[in-house]
This record gives sequence, C-alpha cells and structure tokens, in this order.
Amino acid sequence: MSERVVIDPVTRIEGHLRIEVLADGEEITEAWSQTTQFKGVELVVQNRDPRDVWAFTQRICGVCTVVHAIASVRAVEDALDYPVPKAADLIRYLVLGSQMVQDHVIHFYHLHALDFVNVANVPNADVAAAAAAAAELEPKYALNSLNRFQAVQDQVSALLDSGQLSIFTNGYWDHPDYRLPAEIDLIGVSHYLDALAWQRDIIRINTIFGGKNPHPNFLVGGMASAINMDNEITINQVKLNTVQGLITKTLDFVENVYLPDVVAILGAYADYLDIGRSSPSFLALGKGGYSCAGEPSPPDGFRPGVILDGKFEVVDFDQDKLLEYVTSGWYRYSEDSEAGLQPWVGETIPDYTGPKPPYEWLADNDKYTWSKAPRYDGRPMQVGPLARVLSAYIQGDPETVDDVEPLLRQLGASPEQLNSTAGRILCRAVEAVQMARELQRVFDRLVQGIKAGDVATFNPDKWEKSTWPAESKGVGYAEVARGNLSHWVRITDGKVSNYQCVVPSTWNSSGRALGERGPYEEALVPHPLVRPEQPLEPLRTIHSFDPCQSCGIHVLDVTGNEVAWAKVQ
Amino acid sequence: MIIPDGDLWVEGQETLGEHLERRGVSRRRFLEFCGAVAGVLAAGPLAAGRASAAPSAQVIAQTLESMTKPVLVWLQLQECTGCMESVLRSGDTTVEELILNLVSMEYNELIMAAAGTAADEALAAANEQDHILVVNGSIPLAEDGAYLTIAGRSGESILRESAENATAIFAVGACAHWGCVQASRPNPTGAVGVDAIITDKPVVNIAGCPPVPEVITASLVYTLANGAPPPVDGQGRPLFAYSERIHDFCPKRGRYDAGQFVRTFDDAAARNGYCLYEVGCRGPNTFAPCPIIRWNLAQDWPIGAGHPCIGCTEVGFYDRFTPFYEVLPNLGVPGTGVEADATTVGLVGLAAVGVGVAAHAGVTAINERRASKAAEHVYLPLVGDLPTKERPLDSAGETGPTSGAPPGSPSAAPPNASSGPDTSTKEGDQ
Repeated sequence: MSERVVIDPVTRIEGHLRIEVLADGEEITEAWSQTTQFKGVELVVQNRDPRDVWAFTQRICGVCTVVHAIASVRAVEDALDYPVPKAADLIRYLVLGSQMVQDHVIHFYHLHALDFVNVANVPNADVAAAAAAAAELEPKYALNSLNRFQAVQDQVSALLDSGQLSIFTNGYWDHPDYRLPAEIDLIGVSHYLDALAWQRDIIRINTIFGGKNPHPNFLVGGMASAINMDNEITINQVKLNTVQGLITKTLDFVENVYLPDVVAILGAYADYLDIGRSSPSFLALGKGGYSCAGEPSPPDGFRPGVILDGKFEVVDFDQDKLLEYVTSGWYRYSEDSEAGLQPWVGETIPDYTGPKPPYEWLADNDKYTWSKAPRYDGRPMQVGPLARVLSAYIQGDPETVDDVEPLLRQLGASPEQLNSTAGRILCRAVEAVQMARELQRVFDRLVQGIKAGDVATFNPDKWEKSTWPAESKGVGYAEVARGNLSHWVRITDGKVSNYQCVVPSTWNSSGRALGERGPYEEALVPHPLVRPEQPLEPLRTIHSFDPCQSCGIHVLDVTGNEVAWAKVQ
Repeated sequence: MIIPDGDLWVEGQETLGEHLERRGVSRRRFLEFCGAVAGVLAAGPLAAGRASAAPSAQVIAQTLESMTKPVLVWLQLQECTGCMESVLRSGDTTVEELILNLVSMEYNELIMAAAGTAADEALAAANEQDHILVVNGSIPLAEDGAYLTIAGRSGESILRESAENATAIFAVGACAHWGCVQASRPNPTGAVGVDAIITDKPVVNIAGCPPVPEVITASLVYTLANGAPPPVDGQGRPLFAYSERIHDFCPKRGRYDAGQFVRTFDDAAARNGYCLYEVGCRGPNTFAPCPIIRWNLAQDWPIGAGHPCIGCTEVGFYDRFTPFYEVLPNLGVPGTGVEADATTVGLVGLAAVGVGVAAHAGVTAINERRASKAAEHVYLPLVGDLPTKERPLDSAGETGPTSGAPPGSPSAAPPNASSGPDTSTKEGDQ
C-alpha cells in the first residue's frame, strides 16, 4: 500500500516548491514536482519600453539576480541588431561570472550542506582532530585553525544548549542517514559561516560595475559604468585593483575550500552517485557564464548542443525543436492546449484548475503546477552545471577533462554516474573553479583592452527609437547558475509586443509532458526515503538541482489582462 | 508606532548579556557591534544634522544586554528572494550575528534546515508565541490565493496567522511594501502589500527593491534595543533611512547645480562622472539612504557606478517612473541651482508659469519639511501619479487611468503637484 508524502515547503531554495510522492516501504515509487507560485512578470512587461525590460525581468529572481537582466538585454540587442562594445561584454561577464560563482557557493553551503552536515553533531567533534583533518584536506586555507574551529564549536554548542535553535529548529538531526564524522561536521559548519563572510565580500565586483547587489544595473547597448583611468568616479585603477583582489579571493575560496569540501562530503555519501539519476538528455550552449544575442556561437571551440538519450555525443542545437507544453501546468493555449509552442509564438494564459486553497493533495489532477514544461525534440532535458560540464567533457575540452578525471578517480566514479545527485553537486563545484579562473582571464583581457584604448562601454547608435525597425524579434541566451536561460522578445513600434522566458528551473522542475516525467520527478523515481516524516533523502536530490522556482513563471498572450493594460495606454 | 506595553520579549532564563557572555562573545566585541549599529542608525539623521536622534552605542548595548532572544518569524510570500539575499549581504550586523546571537529565527524558508511538515510545525509553534514578524513578498489575492500557496495554504492565510501574535511587523522590500513588479500594470495576480491585509497593527515598511542590507538589519536591532520599531514617515518607512532624497545627498549634486549632465551613456560627461539627471535619474524624487549608507560594505551605489537611480524605494515605481531613461519632467531649471534658488525665483513671479508652479511649490515644501519635524515627504512632479492603494485584478482597466498618465510626457505632471501627492494619508496607516 503506497503512502502519500508531501514536502511543502521545500525549504533552502529560491521560490516555492512542493513535492508530492508515493512511498512504498522505504522507497519512493512516484513523484510530482509542483511550483506553487505565479507572478506574471511577462504580462507586466507587455507594451513597455524594451530598454526598461531588464529591470522588470531581473526581479523574477533575486538569487540569480543578474541572469534575467543579461538575457533580456541580449534579447533586445538581438532584435535591434545592436552590437555592444567589447569592454561592455567583458564587464557583463565579470558581473555574471562573479555572481554565479558566489551563487554556487551559497547554494552548496547555505542551501544544500545541511542535508549532509549534522549541526547537532558539532559538539561531539575533537577540535584538534578537526584542525588536523582540515590541514590535510585544505592545506592552503588560512581559516582552518584550531582557534577558529574551537570558537565555532563553542558557538554551536551554546546555541544548541539554549534550546532556542533559530534556523536549526526542527531539523532532522536524529536522522540515521547523517554519516559524517563530527570533525567533518564541524569543518562544514565553520565553512558555512566563512562562506557567509566571503560572499558578502566578493560580490562587490557586482557593485563596482552595477552599483549594487542584489539587482545590479544593466543597460541595453552596453554597460553604464564608464571607464576613465584619469577620473576619480569612473572605473579607474583603484576600482580595477579592487576587482583583481576580489577575483583572487574568489578563486582561492572555491579552489582551496569549496571543491575539497564537496569531495570530502561526497566521499561519505558515494552511493549518491547512483541515486538521483534523472532524464538522460542534456542541453548546454556554452560553459557557465556564456551569454549571447541570437544564435549561440561560443568561443574556444565549445560546441553548443544537446546530449540525447544518454548517448555520449554532442548534437547541434536547433531552437526550432524547443517547444513548451502546458499539459501539466495551470495554463491553456488559445488554440490547442495539448500542443507544444515554440517560444516565438508562445503564449501563456494562466488558467488555474486546481483545488481552492487550503488543499491536501494535487497529484490526482492532470494539472498540478505553475511550471510549463519545455521539451527539446520531445524530450525533457536536464540543464545546469552537470549539463555543461558533461558536454564539455564529452567534447574533450582540455580544461574540463583535466578537472574532472582526477575527481572521478578519487570518487571511483564513471562519467555516466555524473547523472546523479552527487554528480550534480560535483559538477557545480568544478564549474565554480573553472569560472573563477575565467574571471581572471576575462579581467586580464579587459585590462589589456583598456591599455590599448578600448574603453567604450556603450554604443549609442541604436539607443534612439527612431533607429529601430517597426517590427523585430530577438532571443538572448545565457548559461546561468541553474542552467540554460533564454528570453524571447518581439518589439512592435518601439514597445514590447511579446515576451517569453524559458528558464532553467522550468526545464528541470517541469511536470509531465508527452507522457514523461520532468527531471526533478524522474530523479525521485525510484529513490530512498527511510522516514516519510523526515524526507532528508529526497531533499538531497531536489537540492542537487539548485531549485529556483520564481523563475518558473510565464508569458503573455493577446487576451485577458492585456486588454485591460491596453486600455491604460 | 509604539507597542502598547513596550515589552516585546518572551521571558527567559537569562538576559541577552548573560547569553552572549556564555557564548564567548566578549564585551569588547559586543560594544564594537553596538557601535556599528549606532553608526548605521545615525547615518540618516547625522547627514541631516540631527545626530541626537540616534541612540548611542552605550544605550544600544545596555538595552540589548538586558534581553533574552526574541523569536523571529520571517515569511517569504510572492517574491524573488532578493530581500533575503540582501540580508545575507549586510555588513557589521551580519546575518550570522542576527540569527545566531540576536534573535531565534525559527522560520525562514531560504535558510532554515527543516522542510515540509517539520518546517510547517516550526512555523505553527513560533506563531503561538510572541514574535517579531518580517515579511518579504506580496500577497496575491486573485483566484482565491492560488497564485501562491505554501503547505497548501494561501499567502493571505499564512500572513494572517503569523501576524496574530506578532509584536512588531516589518514589511521588507517593495513586494511586501506595495506589491512591486508583479503589482505593476496589469497586476495579473492581484498582488498587494502587507498593510493592505494587516490593518489592525502598525506595519513598518522597509522600502526598496531590495532595501539596503544594513537598513533591514538596523531596523530589527533598533526594535530590539528600543522595545519598539523605529519611527516612520507617512508611508511607514523608518525615518532613519528614508528621510532624505537621494538628490540631496548625491555626490553628483554639484554637477546638477552646475548644469553638467550626461546626455548619452559613456559620453565625455559620463567619463567625467557627471550628473545622470538627463538620462533618467529618479534621484530627485526618491527617498532612500543609498548615497549615505551605500551598498555591499559601502563599496559603491547605483549612481556611483554610472546608472541612473530607478527609484525603487517609491511606491509604484515601475509604473510611475517608467520609461526609466526619460528625463523627469519639470524638475525646475536644471543647471541653475534650482533647489537653492527656487524660493527666490518663485517670489519674483515665476510661479505664474504652470510648470514652474509645480517645481517651485514642491521645492518650497521640501524646504519647509526640512525645517519641520513632520514625518512627511513632499514629492516633485512625477512621471506618473501615485497609484491608488488597491487595484483589484478585475478592475485594472478602470483604475488604470488614474495611475496611468502617459509615461514620460511633460503633461503627466499631476495638476496637484503643488502640494505633492499626499502620501501621509495612505489607507491603513491612519
């Protein structure tokens, strides 16, 4: 007899996600991924000035905060055939890349680690042994000191003793599947705290070029941060020195702390190389941080493409094969709600057919989520660090092969096993290291360019509406923290006439379409679940995708609210 | 804004001072922390020459030491999590300081360990006690709340339950304040802010998309130290952070007064760091502490990094302030030191010119406001009018026109701008 188990809220994610599963014995036998929030940002941007839209779409998500701005300005620039100066492109990478590395680290320590690290076990640690283990594991990290670990242990012990557990209230600390030695738990919690301080610091790369974070500023046609090495206010040597210092700190932390921590923790949870296997098809148009206006053409030989049905080869990407379905989502299409629509002609008409809240169970209904279901050539696709690292590995990208193979040997894993909960975690850490290195290379190119007089950050040629065609359309792609993102815009008479986002967490968290589960769902069937009231194991697998559910919200059409909006105009 | 008996806290076995001592927090470190808090709290008033309004480090230290840890419930409703990310960026009063030493944050979906039923039970237990409530996110009222559910319940019901025993309520961020991007035309989900739902208790609005990190944490620490939330303006925004216009404390103000404007991004003026007014800066109409506190460990702020302010601390900025890159109409006489001279100009008769009336009267009122202690803001003519407080989904078309003057055209300056849109009479704040 199957038992119904609901995980809602799925915490330590962005947005609102509900997971319903059927469990039999200690195993999950069926699963449904349910996004329980809709905001309608794409409806709101209708009829707006396309140059403004980045500031609207950016607010889709404040965790990945940069990505919906970049994809938006790229889409508008594609529509307007609007080239961007080289320095602006490099600055965009520095902003996106630094935010992505920061995002990966926050995801691991603050949103994911407590699935593996038991805070309640920290008082049991031998501090000297922890310091010795850390020195061996991470010899280059200065904060791995006896004093630091002692202070953290004291702080955690006092918190636990007080009975007021704050964010650790009601955690699953007595769950039998917390496996780490207390010393590694202590190191993990210590680095949890270190990472909080680190992320506050290195995100200043965003502040220097974008004024603030969350939600730094962008600009269609370039970036607003002018370069003048002889001015006190603009990008000058002082600010460049700060950026260089922050890039050094970024690389130091991800290389010397984050990646070794991941490997150490996964070493104790190596069975998760065989748990959480999901849909065998992958989409990646570049390495992490790549973005483009129009069709992708990444530099350095990365072939933008897809991996289909577990066959280890990269096939060319064809955007016409990207269709979105609403058969499990609370939307309808104006003509055929069973069909898939390509984003250029996409539409979203919210059409809630679920139970009136409060409700207990959604999965009895065909429609059970606010996520639409993107499919590529009829297949659910995994997107994200796993898809990108796997694609680069299969293509023989030298850096990726060099990075991945020693780790696979260390964990005793095959490349095929990367399609797993542990594989997704590992690939995210590998990508963070690669992107931190790329930040340095891009920064060096920026500095070399400035030296050569390449200081333009904005192209004024297409700024004025009078230079725009009456009708145009554009797409912007970006490989962002959680996977492949695309924004699709149509511009008519200087205003947005259609806007659609196809979002990483929509790819990964989508419900069923064409008779197949979405990737979250697929990863959970089958899956261990020892204590239904403490769903620690499925949380590990769901978190390995780094859910970002606010992004799973959708588009516009020519009916309904838009008419009301037209009246306003 | 005073909590009835001034006694916010759950009785406990030890004071916060004892608590910190036992946790190995040295007195010196504690006082440093209090000094940092005092610095943030004083930033606004200091800049305005009212340093005495802010509590000293000693007062904060004495007050904090005498307390036990209050329970904090931190909801995230219809939102983007940018406000919680902002909290993660707070310097001085860091998020770890907040959740490990100052309060017991027993519910927050972004960082709490528990999930599902265990999380829901933690929320229910916290709701039973006296607690401070912080809300990120708006409340979508359309479709019986189906646009946002948590644990199968609507955002509205979750908010109401958590508000019941709350001793202080903070709506943090533009979504919780007034609905933000999803409440902008046509507001597809019927999103509203917290004080549209909770009308029987005061709601402190920490404005911004997101708010400056240190303003969020300082608002909470102020409340811990004083037993009551900070005093607020007519929109419920703390005076210590929203008393001053960006324009008045902008380091580029001298360029504005001198008429030195960026005309196009990255032009020669931009490369000299000139004023962004003509490329759309909303600083003249935005009350926010960005130029004073600055962002991300005081590294910089939007205007400092070359982009105009989009006015994200103001209600309705996505409708009233767009298109973002069009110049604010009728600010006055740029390049002639209008703010300093407007009263004089007005005296000699420029007030007879329609546009001049608005600019002049607005400026005069601002000067009067500075001279008085009244917690009201006076706005200059806008790109759009203040939106009506509640804009139900189905009537977006009807309510639109009042809030939808054609963006960007000079005629959009509201005829009543001479007195400024009266934000002090916002519904629910009487």
